[in-house]
Amino acid sequence: MSASPADLRAANLRSGAQGASAHLPALILSAERLAAMVAPGAHGLRRGGPGEDFWQYRPAAQGDSARSIDWRRSARSDAQFVRDREAQTAQAVGLWVSAGQGMGYSGAPDRPTKADRAHLLALALAMVLLRGGEKVGLLGQPARAGRVQADRLAEQIVALRPRDGDGDAPAPDHLRPNQRLVILSDFLDDPAWVDALLARAAGMGVGGVLMQVLDPDEEVFPYHGAVLFRSLSGAIRHDSRDAGGLRDAYLARLAERRDWLRRRAEGAGWHFGHHTTSHAPAVALSWLYQVLAG
Amino acid sequence: MLMLGPIGFAAPWVLTALIALPVLWVILRAMPPAPRLVAFPGVALLRGLVDRVPVARRTPWWLLLLRLAAVAALILAFAGPSWKPVVASGQTGPLLVVLDAGWSAAPDWPARLTRAESALTDAAAEGRPAALLLADGRAVPGALPFAPADTLLARLRAAQPVSWATGLPDDPAAALAAAPDGTLETLWIADGLDHPNRAAWLSALTDRGTVTVVPPARAVRSLSLHAGDTPSLTLAAMDEAAPAILAIGPDPQGVERELARLIPGDAATAAGITTRPVAIDLPPELRNRITRFQIEGEAHAGAVVLADDRVKRRKVGLVGDADRQAEGQELLSQLHYLRRALTPTTDLVEGGLGDVLDSAPDVIVLADQVDLAEAGDLAAWVDDGGLLIRFAGPRMAAFEDLQNEPLLPVALRQGGRDIGGALSWGDPRAILPFAANGVFAGLTPPGDVAIRAQLMAQPAPDLAEKTLASLTDNTPLVTRARAGQGQVVLFHVTANAEWSNLPISGLFVDMLDRLVQTARVSPAARQADDRDQPFWTPETVLDGFGRAQPAEGLAPVPAADLGLGPGPDRPAGIYAAGDRRVALNAGGPLARADWPGATVEATGTTGGRDVKGPLLALAALILALDALGSAALVRGGRVAAALLLALLVQPVPPAAAQEVNPELARAANEVALAYVVTGDARVDEASREGLRGLSMVLAQRTSVEPGEPVAVELDDDDLSMLTMLYWPITDTQPPPSPQAYVRLNHFMRSGGMILFDTRDGDVAGVGGPDMSQALQALASPLEIPPLSPIPQDHVLTRSFYLLSDFPGRWQGNPVWLEAPPAGAEAAEGVPFRQLNDGVSPVVIGGNSWAEAWAVDENGFPAYPIGRGWEGEQQREMAFRFGVNLMMYVLTGNYKSDQVHVPALLDRMRVEEMLGP
Repeated sequence: MSASPADLRAANLRSGAQGASAHLPALILSAERLAAMVAPGAHGLRRGGPGEDFWQYRPAAQGDSARSIDWRRSARSDAQFVRDREAQTAQAVGLWVSAGQGMGYSGAPDRPTKADRAHLLALALAMVLLRGGEKVGLLGQPARAGRVQADRLAEQIVALRPRDGDGDAPAPDHLRPNQRLVILSDFLDDPAWVDALLARAAGMGVGGVLMQVLDPDEEVFPYHGAVLFRSLSGAIRHDSRDAGGLRDAYLARLAERRDWLRRRAEGAGWHFGHHTTSHAPAVALSWLYQVLAG
Repeated sequence: MLMLGPIGFAAPWVLTALIALPVLWVILRAMPPAPRLVAFPGVALLRGLVDRVPVARRTPWWLLLLRLAAVAALILAFAGPSWKPVVASGQTGPLLVVLDAGWSAAPDWPARLTRAESALTDAAAEGRPAALLLADGRAVPGALPFAPADTLLARLRAAQPVSWATGLPDDPAAALAAAPDGTLETLWIADGLDHPNRAAWLSALTDRGTVTVVPPARAVRSLSLHAGDTPSLTLAAMDEAAPAILAIGPDPQGVERELARLIPGDAATAAGITTRPVAIDLPPELRNRITRFQIEGEAHAGAVVLADDRVKRRKVGLVGDADRQAEGQELLSQLHYLRRALTPTTDLVEGGLGDVLDSAPDVIVLADQVDLAEAGDLAAWVDDGGLLIRFAGPRMAAFEDLQNEPLLPVALRQGGRDIGGALSWGDPRAILPFAANGVFAGLTPPGDVAIRAQLMAQPAPDLAEKTLASLTDNTPLVTRARAGQGQVVLFHVTANAEWSNLPISGLFVDMLDRLVQTARVSPAARQADDRDQPFWTPETVLDGFGRAQPAEGLAPVPAADLGLGPGPDRPAGIYAAGDRRVALNAGGPLARADWPGATVEATGTTGGRDVKGPLLALAALILALDALGSAALVRGGRVAAALLLALLVQPVPPAAAQEVNPELARAANEVALAYVVTGDARVDEASREGLRGLSMVLAQRTSVEPGEPVAVELDDDDLSMLTMLYWPITDTQPPPSPQAYVRLNHFMRSGGMILFDTRDGDVAGVGGPDMSQALQALASPLEIPPLSPIPQDHVLTRSFYLLSDFPGRWQGNPVWLEAPPAGAEAAEGVPFRQLNDGVSPVVIGGNSWAEAWAVDENGFPAYPIGRGWEGEQQREMAFRFGVNLMMYVLTGNYKSDQVHVPALLDRMRVEEMLGP
């Protein structure tokens, strides 16, 4: 069996994501969205639930109201039957992972880079969603359902190339109505694009999550003495003669940035969370699961 | 030259640069090192921040000190320092330089020339007359001419060491007759060995003035060949070292290379000379290829022993009945086995006894020959030191006059002895282990060598001592007797496989090798008498450095001179006369020289030691440390520590021992059943109990007796030792790693089988959630062939029990396995199709078999099945399916083959009727 390195990386990413998502049952997006379902692109979820198409007759069980019994079918035998319809949804989830060079940072060789962790989270989330029958795709790519889509996503994610600059921003043109967005980035560079994205999303009724993925070194700023800081692309430099003295100011700015992001997100009906690469990915995944399911 | 204690400086003015060091100190101190460079994505958040307390940075004192030390070392190095330099002597009389030029002077020849040259140059500067005595044994008779010293330099530079020993003119007084008046100062650059005339020269020179002796810088070693029945080498050395001896010769490709390394034996020291024997203990194939032996790391003619006939292969004459020509009968010929055994290590001559004797062989082998016409010549040849090996045989056994047959080591009884034949009682006899001190010591007779017939020896008091090898009943197998200088050996069996299977065992080859090695090599003198060889022509000669040179411009050497060893007209090398080749080797016994009345210079104090190089190296080392220190400041200590570690620590490859899980080893030993650990404790317990229940049933009803079931972790465990793997599917189990899938695929390809159990037979097929998705997800990377439900005529339905359904805890669900090949048709009269090829690598079903098989600790069923009696019957059927499955896994389609037996019998019957 010969496999190219890219195939092998995709396979490893996939098995990691499967490991991270194994403990979560299939995720079905919140009922609130399912209610507003009449939209082009509705698709069956291959299970019983609210929908238009016939799914199956099943014997009436305790808890079925008399209204739900299909009398025409029941009249043909002694038992009562309920006519189930196939669950349908028009929801699709778009995933976006920042490809800025800053995401390629890892403070210690035993920690994954932020990009690696973000890819893992994105794919694991996609698998949970796909298991629930949802349509998932990278932002700007067609969203599809089905098991094969997980493989396709893994290959697409592995194929992502870092940008030239430190930061990266999603194109707001790719937003579609009836979409949920999951944005994974470090939000360390100029966050002006967040404003634009959220404004457009709120206008289209698109909800979503902002997830900040940071390295522990960025959370605690463990530097001191004379240090020349350089961003990963080399675009920005900061020369300090007393890095230890900058710690408080840096942490304050980081908290301020998070606060700003949270306020913007909540203002647009979005959610904001952050994750440190030294923590287990399952923690962040459970949070995403709760937020998206809620 | 400026002297500061023991150190002299050739260029003292450079030292003034040391004044600049304090200035450098101030400059370096003022320049801070570069700040640490850190890649950090959060720089954007730092923009515009101002340091509250900027820390002043200065170069640390230790870094400053390192740099100053480096600069100081450089300045000192360029001032031309030397340790204890030699100061000129101030003599005025004539100078005589005696330069030993034999092979023993070759190792440090350039140093000797330099020493002599500097002495002559100094003498020339002081205007002293000088003479040069080149002690290579080729000095012109008469007085040694004294001349201005610089005129001798050209002759000195052209001098080369010779490949024989150092030699001095016979008469010192005559040679020194032309010496000018005044105290004669002598510089004797000696090779450390004693030579003829040396003592006379020393006393003559000490009478006329001072003698300074420069001893060799290195201990002299030489190698010589001790010819004889077993040639060996002798290593003589002036020190205790025991360098390896390289055996050099053409390899099978014809390229000259080192063939073997010989390790010298125990040392024996006498008169300051250490000698060590070096046994040439090499396989004959290798030894015959060697062209020269050489001391490792020594480049002079005395360290080289050229190999000639004395270390070459033996010539063996084979006498026997001519081969039968037919190819198949070659294996019956006695000569065939002898030829095959002897060809690799010896030169074979075949023919009649007369022809063979004429070729002067070392060994003659007679295969079952009696009453020879040339017995007289043969006896004379043996008397002269020949080795005669005879083999018994039917002809010898039948010979009537065997009592009087000459050239036999023991008296033989007429008529052989059959052991283990069709008409005899005993079993074929094996060979007793060989005596520890005999010719065959160290050889081990293989247990399967058996002697079926032999020639018996007449009992005699000396029979035991003549016996080299005997059978388990102590009757002789090989006997030997000395006759004159030679010996006669008799094998009491044939040389072919008729009387024993000894000739087709490796022992036969070893025994013949050992015997042939005891043969004496023909003495060189004897042949020289036969044919007159007055002159020997040099073929290859060695120069003083032990390098082979073409022999050009050399006259043939009279045979009488050859015995004197190498000399001025006969350099060491290979000399040929007719077919014979003889090596003249320079090395031999050493004798240490002593120097009464002379000043012996201590070695190593000659020219003063230049310390410029070490100082430069020190400066480079300090600068490297400085780079490390700077890196530690800029990049943090870790980088520097890593660099330092990389420099200091040699990487040690981790011992890669292949570990085998003892559980799995047990599984291979006991044909234990195995199940995949899913992580769900309840399912795993059910698998374990189920497989234990099935194991018990198998042990009760069949000849398969499996041990305790084995739990398999797909990610870690090696599957190659398992036969069947039970894999219950749960929706929560994590998929195995890609490596585990590779192992699983290999497992299935190499004959293993996986029983997938989705355990959802109660709910499958009614549209609810089932395990099919989980199964798909888990099994999709596996190489699973096209599947079909088990066909009615599949061998699984009859591999032990006849079954039509395959129930487990649930029943009625299809069980899938590899689809039968398309187009398989049932033969006429046979109820099943012929589906013989291949055992399905997977069986997939949802009947939750493990739960049906499961028994708890007390042997009771662990899970209920169905209702009442019917349920128990279903459990029995589940067990039968398990038994069938194991039979299918273990025996493949063996049962399917059996169904052809009636057809085969029928066909045989028909052929019998049709046949004659």
